[in-house]
Amino acid sequence: MRQRRRRRLGTVAAAALVLCGLAGCGTDDTGPPTLTWYINPDSGGQASIAAACTAEAGGAYDIAVSTLPRESSEQRQQLVRRLAAGDSSIDIMSLDPPYIPEFAQAGFLAPVPPDIATEATQGVAQSAIDGATWNDQLVTIPFWANTQLLWYKKSIAQAAGLDMTQPVTWDQLVTAAQGQQTQVAAQGRRAESLVVWFNALIQSAGGAVITQTADKPEDIQLGLDTPQSQRAAEVMSGVANSGVVGPAFTTAGEDESVASFESGDAGFMVNWPFVWGRAKSGVEEGTLEQSVVDDYGWAVYPEVDAGTPSAPPYGGINLGVGASSLHPDLAYQAVQCITSDENQKAYFISDGNPAASLAVFEDPEVIAEFPMAPVIAQSLQQAKPRPQTAYYSEVSGSLQREYHPPTAVSPATGPDAAALIQAVLSGEELL
Amino acid sequence: MTTTVPPGVGSSVEQPAARPTGLSDRIRAERRLGWMLAGPAFAVMLLVTAYPIFQAVYDSLFSYRLTDPGNRSFVGLHNYWVVLTDALWWQAFGVTAFITIVTVAVELVLGFALALVMLKALKGLRPILRAAILLPYAIITVVSAFAWQFAFDLTSGFVNSWFAWLPGISADTDWFGQTGTSLLVICLAEIWKTTPFISLLLLAGLAQVPDVLQEAAQVDGATWWQRMRKVTIPNMKAAIMVALLFRTLDAFRVFDSVFIMTAGANGTETVSFLAYRQTIARLEIGLGSAVSVLLFLSVVLIAFGFIKGFKVDLSQARGEK
Repeated sequence: MRQRRRRRLGTVAAAALVLCGLAGCGTDDTGPPTLTWYINPDSGGQASIAAACTAEAGGAYDIAVSTLPRESSEQRQQLVRRLAAGDSSIDIMSLDPPYIPEFAQAGFLAPVPPDIATEATQGVAQSAIDGATWNDQLVTIPFWANTQLLWYKKSIAQAAGLDMTQPVTWDQLVTAAQGQQTQVAAQGRRAESLVVWFNALIQSAGGAVITQTADKPEDIQLGLDTPQSQRAAEVMSGVANSGVVGPAFTTAGEDESVASFESGDAGFMVNWPFVWGRAKSGVEEGTLEQSVVDDYGWAVYPEVDAGTPSAPPYGGINLGVGASSLHPDLAYQAVQCITSDENQKAYFISDGNPAASLAVFEDPEVIAEFPMAPVIAQSLQQAKPRPQTAYYSEVSGSLQREYHPPTAVSPATGPDAAALIQAVLSGEELL
Repeated sequence: MTTTVPPGVGSSVEQPAARPTGLSDRIRAERRLGWMLAGPAFAVMLLVTAYPIFQAVYDSLFSYRLTDPGNRSFVGLHNYWVVLTDALWWQAFGVTAFITIVTVAVELVLGFALALVMLKALKGLRPILRAAILLPYAIITVVSAFAWQFAFDLTSGFVNSWFAWLPGISADTDWFGQTGTSLLVICLAEIWKTTPFISLLLLAGLAQVPDVLQEAAQVDGATWWQRMRKVTIPNMKAAIMVALLFRTLDAFRVFDSVFIMTAGANGTETVSFLAYRQTIARLEIGLGSAVSVLLFLSVVLIAFGFIKGFKVDLSQARGEK
């Protein structure tokens, strides 16, 4: 009896295999090709755009979304592993800009057709174009562009006598916070967010982490042993040791910062614009008072030296097409649809992620929803990307090791970090 | 008055006094059958265990970056030199050794106590008690690491408010802000998670100690502590060794708790975290493989040291001799 059942099972399995072979197993030959879009987690905006573009394609292709991990470094890891193995299921991917050079250099990205490249750069913030470019060529398409703002409580800034219509410096913020016995929330955790902060400080001081990039890792020139780097370290250490940061400062990331800003512990904060969307949903859900949100103020990122415009952090997401994709042409058509001004605007409104296209910031609907849109647009024009190199994760990891905890940063940190990066890049030291 | 069970006691089969010098046809046929039965499993083991190890050894001899396969070059033992001369490796090694020693020592004491409780518990209560004690072990390590992280977190955690009456703990205590406190929480999470495992192994060892020996010692007037020291513990030496060995090897590979709670910040990096960072984050397959091979060698050395140090012949423990 048991033997007969086993034999029957075997027959079923064999039949399934044959059928599978005939049908091409899994690939639906009759319908339109399915393009898989690997997205970073969001509030559902990218999935809605995928559905809209599938409908618009009129049967030319379907877009299916697949969600990547939450942390950008983990998104990179998953994509690299798949792309290095030649995974053809990656048609479109949402990429964090600092990792784009690495992907481009490794040949993971399908080349951007020239006509699409020209169209994709028209009316787009310069920082977004810079972040999408590697070796003077556009290798990805800007989708949304992010930048950090200086968030403040209007009541506290007013009580401290700060004129927020004019640019303020980090020193002014610290003094104001000390006077008002409030906190300045920044990201002191050993993570990418610390590098974002340090990079903004060194760029605002007029310097750069990498002054000259190169294909060979040991030929990369660093700017960490410069007066600008010292100045950045001075500001970082000054903020961290001023007594105006929270007790968990050395473990605080963006979410912790915004929590302390919402709770009223922090009167000032540097953070991405998602804090506005979060505050509004907090009010809707009843977890945040409307009066707290009414007190929110925003300005361009603080300056390091008075009179020298700041270089706010640039983030966001660009879209790349996988080099092993079976349908790169269709994927680029889909990317064009996804990154249309209309969809960028929809995404800005639904998920609070600012558009890369500057025209979107002038849309009345957007301004009604995001009153800080003009400041974001200005910030995007001023913003500077993180070091552009194919070895970004090594540079970032080394900076995280040396500049953490920010309370221990000293004038020697810059040269130490430079030595570590050089040793790590030439394969002589662990990270 | 150490009383130990002589080899062979309790086994129903009479053991031969001396090993036969030549193999009979029957033994040879049995061995052949043994190989035929175990052969496929052995081949699968080789495929899934030995192959990745040899691949790692091979990769560790190259300078090889996953995103730059064109520039792969043979560097011999250079990667090992880089790792072993790097202070970071020794720091990670020290942290790993610290976590291993502290957690295994505490777990052994706690696990033994729990095993005694389980052994002595009333028959009706025993299954419930065992299930309750084993529960933490059933939880996925990453999940338990998150639970401990949330508990000690400054904003979401309850530990600071519950234990504020203790000196040194206040609402502002940032557990993950310093090396010492971070390691304390990591050790606590590990202990909570794996003490059940060690106690289960020790319970098996305790159950094996024949009641006759305990009764004989009791008749001789031995106290509870004397019986424990002279009868119980010597008779469960093999079980203790297996428990310690398994847990030490497991503890030496600690990764999840560190990854979730501190991500290696404040000098809490362990050896497996270091291997992860080189291989997965940096994509330096050669350097990462060298770290992994060194981790593997450390684990082999620990196992070898335990078996030699405890002078336990496992085949004897199984009643083969």
